[in-house]
Amino acid sequence: MGPLIPNGVIPYEWSNIIAIIIGIAFGFVLEASGFSSSRKLAGVFYGYDFAVLKVFFTAALVSLIGILYMDYLGYLDMGSLYVHPTYLWGAIIGGAIMGVGFVAGGFCPGTSLCAVAIGKVDAIIYVIGIMIGVFIFSELYFLFQPIYEGSFEGNITLMDTFGVNRYWFVFVFTIAAIIIFALSDQIKKRVKKIFY
Amino acid sequence: MKKLKIDPNKNSHIYWNPYFGGFLLGILILFTFYMTGRGLGASGAMKSSVVTIVNTVTHSHAEQNEYYSKFIKDNESPMNNWLVFETLGVLIGAFISGGLSGRIGWRVQHSPKITRKRRLIFALGGGILFGLGAQIARGCTSGAALSGMAVLSTGGFITMLAIFGTAFLVAYFFRKNWI
Repeated sequence: MGPLIPNGVIPYEWSNIIAIIIGIAFGFVLEASGFSSSRKLAGVFYGYDFAVLKVFFTAALVSLIGILYMDYLGYLDMGSLYVHPTYLWGAIIGGAIMGVGFVAGGFCPGTSLCAVAIGKVDAIIYVIGIMIGVFIFSELYFLFQPIYEGSFEGNITLMDTFGVNRYWFVFVFTIAAIIIFALSDQIKKRVKKIFY
Repeated sequence: MKKLKIDPNKNSHIYWNPYFGGFLLGILILFTFYMTGRGLGASGAMKSSVVTIVNTVTHSHAEQNEYYSKFIKDNESPMNNWLVFETLGVLIGAFISGGLSGRIGWRVQHSPKITRKRRLIFALGGGILFGLGAQIARGCTSGAALSGMAVLSTGGFITMLAIFGTAFLVAYFFRKNWI
């Protein structure tokens, strides 16, 4: 029963090798989907290209539904998966700062790495920027610590927060995503085309 | 410097269908959770790099700092980390994909309406903000938003909404860079 490495089905020593293999697949899929292009990524914010929206939500739904199925069929124990912790204000403020960085720079960290790999100079500068950002945060940690460690709610899921049934939630989320995908195609038709 | 041919009336590159790419990415996240019990990440490796650089340049400073010291262990480099190996893979995988499609070449990609210099300045500023935000939120679009959403983490959903919500709100002010 999964997860395989934490449960000792696959020895821990394989962990870093599997990391590289997973990384190769991750980088390949992102680059082939066009995420090494900042102008394609930024399209979602101006309505001329919705690839980010489609790839992101399709991936979230496929993994969500897949985890639910594997848990249901007994291949994977959902309870032993790592749940990203919720620090309410950290998530909101950090997310908002990242949002501005996304539109200004045209990349997020994962996509900028793909662009670095194919030689985009702007992405190399962007990654240097990320490292400067991490450096500023660390040096001024005493300033950020209250947000970083405050409003901790635990490793909670939407089920804990809203008490909804996870199967119904995923079902409604899927329908909503399909509607949003259809709407995005309509918006794209009305927006001036941008080529890059 | 390799010159890429760009036709202004047509997209110069053909990419995968986004639903196909999204489907494969979803399967990969599922596989990652099945193997390791955790999701994917990207900004973590950059954090490890910064910790390593600071720790090498001035070890005493890194040890006194409350944030760096979280990631420094006595007998182990901060680079010996799952996310660092995964990130090496990302660079290899993207290089293979770009190579197969003829997209490799030194290039600054920007809208014809702005200069190279302006693009690079905004790239640097955007990177600084993203790096800062990713530390505050304990993860970026991959580690917090996407991998968080896969296990229905409340924090993952909030981070995702905050990133995209803010980006849509401020997009107007950056429009000259893109459209």
